[in-house]
Amino acid sequence: MNDAAKQAGTDQRPIIEVSGVTKSFRKGREQVEVLHQLDLNIERGEFCAMMGPSGSGKTTLLNLIGGLDRPTAGQIAVSGQRIDQLTSRQLAKWRSNHVGFIFQFYNLMPVLTAQRNVELPLLLKKMSGKERSQRARTALEIVGLQDRARHLPRELSGGQEQRVAIARAIVSDPDVLLADEPTGDLDRETASEILDLLKTLNQRHDKTILMVTHDPVAADYASRTVHMDKGRLADAVPMKSAGGAQ
Amino acid sequence: MGTFHLIRKNLTRKKLRTTFTLLSIIIAFLLFALLGGLSRAFSLGVELAGADRLVTMHRVSFIQPIPVSYVNRIQSIEGVETALHQTWFGAYYQDNRQQMGLFPTDLETFREVYPEYSIPDDQWQRLLNNQTGILVGQAMAEDYDWEVGDRIPMFSSIFPQQDGSFSWDMDVEAIFTGSGNNADEMQIFMHYDYFNEARAFGTDTVGWIVTKIEDPDQADQVAEAIDQRFANSPTETKSSTEAGWTASFAAQIGNIGLMVQMVLGCVFFTLLLITGNTMAQAVRERTSELAVLKTIGFSDRRVLWMVLGESLLVAIIGGVIGLLLGYLFIQGAANALSQFLPGLAMSWDAALIGLVLAAGLGVVTGILPAWQAGRLKVIDALARG
Repeated sequence: MNDAAKQAGTDQRPIIEVSGVTKSFRKGREQVEVLHQLDLNIERGEFCAMMGPSGSGKTTLLNLIGGLDRPTAGQIAVSGQRIDQLTSRQLAKWRSNHVGFIFQFYNLMPVLTAQRNVELPLLLKKMSGKERSQRARTALEIVGLQDRARHLPRELSGGQEQRVAIARAIVSDPDVLLADEPTGDLDRETASEILDLLKTLNQRHDKTILMVTHDPVAADYASRTVHMDKGRLADAVPMKSAGGAQ
Repeated sequence: MGTFHLIRKNLTRKKLRTTFTLLSIIIAFLLFALLGGLSRAFSLGVELAGADRLVTMHRVSFIQPIPVSYVNRIQSIEGVETALHQTWFGAYYQDNRQQMGLFPTDLETFREVYPEYSIPDDQWQRLLNNQTGILVGQAMAEDYDWEVGDRIPMFSSIFPQQDGSFSWDMDVEAIFTGSGNNADEMQIFMHYDYFNEARAFGTDTVGWIVTKIEDPDQADQVAEAIDQRFANSPTETKSSTEAGWTASFAAQIGNIGLMVQMVLGCVFFTLLLITGNTMAQAVRERTSELAVLKTIGFSDRRVLWMVLGESLLVAIIGGVIGLLLGYLFIQGAANALSQFLPGLAMSWDAALIGLVLAAGLGVVTGILPAWQAGRLKVIDALARG
């Protein structure tokens, strides 16, 4: 198969393929199964929201797809690569190249400026300081914070901190963005701005996004919503036309 | 920005804590430098001691005199190259609180026994031709601003002259320099004949005899032969190598080296606990930040090295500052105490050991938190928040 055909083949496959995934944890003497034989496909360029009650396994699944943990059984492939077979070192390298994380509480380094926070993932790439700096500035421009580059996190509002976190997630140009309750700590208006930004990244920059949320309004921004309950996928809500709720 | 920038920023996040940690390390290494310098000063005589020289003194104590005739009798013993005597003069100059190392000796054989001291030939001739002439160490001459040709009134706290005066006029005729940094240049040597003829008591006795031997490997045998020669006489002797003699002399004050080691051991053990605890706490406080680093792709090993780098950096900065301060203190003290502790100085060896110790401290205090940071499970840490 030549490269073009290979590329076409990869493009046709879902970017995230979860099949028969089971995850269990040891709790004291008991083995607790959190995910049961779960299957999920997410297409390239999709903005998918994942909803469900607390303890339904949303974050566990997100962590497995992000290569932060390994499934007990089953397969997970992202961009055609089986990540459940990678070693911890390979997973770290894979994460730095293929996935960007956005957390509920931003998780910025308090001692670094916004610009330096965004540069963090690029420390793992072979590039000059000047190039790193340029790419971080571009990422900050995309999230509309170019004028806050030299500010420390404590000098920013919650919404601005989350924008910096999003810039950090996209700076290494990953295939997939994984967001765990990205608006959970924000007021409605700021949350709406962040969701607009995610949507822009999805539509204009072709980022595939998987977002865990409890908020139905946030889920409305996604092109598809999947529901989880007790470690299984409930019926998926059919795909909507692009645009979502506004 | 590089990883070093990240390490530096992490260190400055709690400035007060980092400052106190640094201060404790600085003080520990300051103590290391000062006590090391002191220990070195006390052991300097042992280092300087010639391997081919024996010292013979009265069997009872070195303050008991022995007959000067013993010199000739020792010289006739097999294995002896030459011998010369010395006596403690108890000298002071201007201030009677400042005792000086002045020794009446046989200057004619001095150069043979102490080849490590160099003396210009013209000054040497002047010294031999003048019975009141003295040979002064370079450092001593510089301290008192003495030059060849100066006449100085020296006092003895032990030996009066026959007219009852404790003042002895002496002429600086030669200045010696020692080879190497360890040479003791804080000594003065005078003609024994001048001293012996003028003193009010103790004529024809000396303090101890220094014997240069032909083969250092035979030192014990020659020492035994010397003591055998004077066995069962009114003045029995005790001979040992110069190093042994100097060490036993220093031991009268106490085992300085052991005391220094014990103090430093306590200081560093305490420092280890304090710094180790501080480092562990610093890492515990930012568990979630370390987890985020791992999330974005930092490997376990990279995180481990980063945390270890922090503790290494603190320990090395503190160590270097402490050693530098110690060096400056010692330099200052060396000038003020040059007469009592002529060897007070910080050697390159001590500085190097200090640096290795600082690096070791950094590794030991950082390894556990670094290992924990390396093993940190991202999802657990993120869940803890």
